[in-house]
Amino acid sequence: MLESLFFLIVAAVAVLSGILVITCKNPINSALSLILTFFCVATFYVMLEAPFMAAVQVIVYAGAIMVLIVFVIMLLNIKTETDKRTSHAVLISSIIGLFVLFETIYFLNRSSLTGSKGLMDSAMIKSVGHTEIIGKALFTDFLLPFEITSLLLLVAIVGAVVVSKRKI
Amino acid sequence: MVSLHSYLILSAILFSIGTIGVLTRRNAIVIFMCVELMLNAVNLTFVAFSRYLGNVDGQIFVFFVMTVAACEAAVGLALMIAFFKNKESIDVEDVNLLKW
Repeated sequence: MLESLFFLIVAAVAVLSGILVITCKNPINSALSLILTFFCVATFYVMLEAPFMAAVQVIVYAGAIMVLIVFVIMLLNIKTETDKRTSHAVLISSIIGLFVLFETIYFLNRSSLTGSKGLMDSAMIKSVGHTEIIGKALFTDFLLPFEITSLLLLVAIVGAVVVSKRKI
Repeated sequence: MVSLHSYLILSAILFSIGTIGVLTRRNAIVIFMCVELMLNAVNLTFVAFSRYLGNVDGQIFVFFVMTVAACEAAVGLALMIAFFKNKESIDVEDVNLLKW
């Protein structure tokens, strides 16, 4: 009961700050609202007994990525967006967005949610530890994707430097 | 315990907000932030399914999605800086060199 109430409050904050992201005129305000949404998602990860994911969410998303975005916004010194798209474009886009939402909810209610069950349960998370479970899976079953990820990061570093150079 | 259904509906709502933002805004950085919001909605779905099925694979996927999002942030913002140097603007309406 208390958990449901907490869920509803945090969900309301997440949705409201999500709406603020797309309605604020100033990009800095959008960025700050987005950080609030990220913190709400981290709270949901804690409620879903995934504390490692919550920590990574706060450190990587709310920390690193948002610092980069806010830094670029301030570096470019963008003036506040004066004219939005024409009203019929906004209307059509909103209809498309709401259609996506209703479609998802419709199919969610129509189908049953199943999948291959695993071994992870509350007792195991408490006794073994969430980080250890993630680490074991990452370095055994997912070793090749993990190595490919390092290659991706290398490409991103080189790409970012090359793209933002003045003369190549 | 909160049902899986609530988490899925919440992430559907967040994803739709991101979609509307991508379609309605003109500032490239705000569009970029909306894409991040959509990625987060998908991550929430992954973690919720992973928890309710007791399968750890979903959370590993979230890990990879976060890595890709970090790379995307680095390269995307570098592109925006390069674009701003040329056009003095990051309005997506000004990105029209390939427009037919």
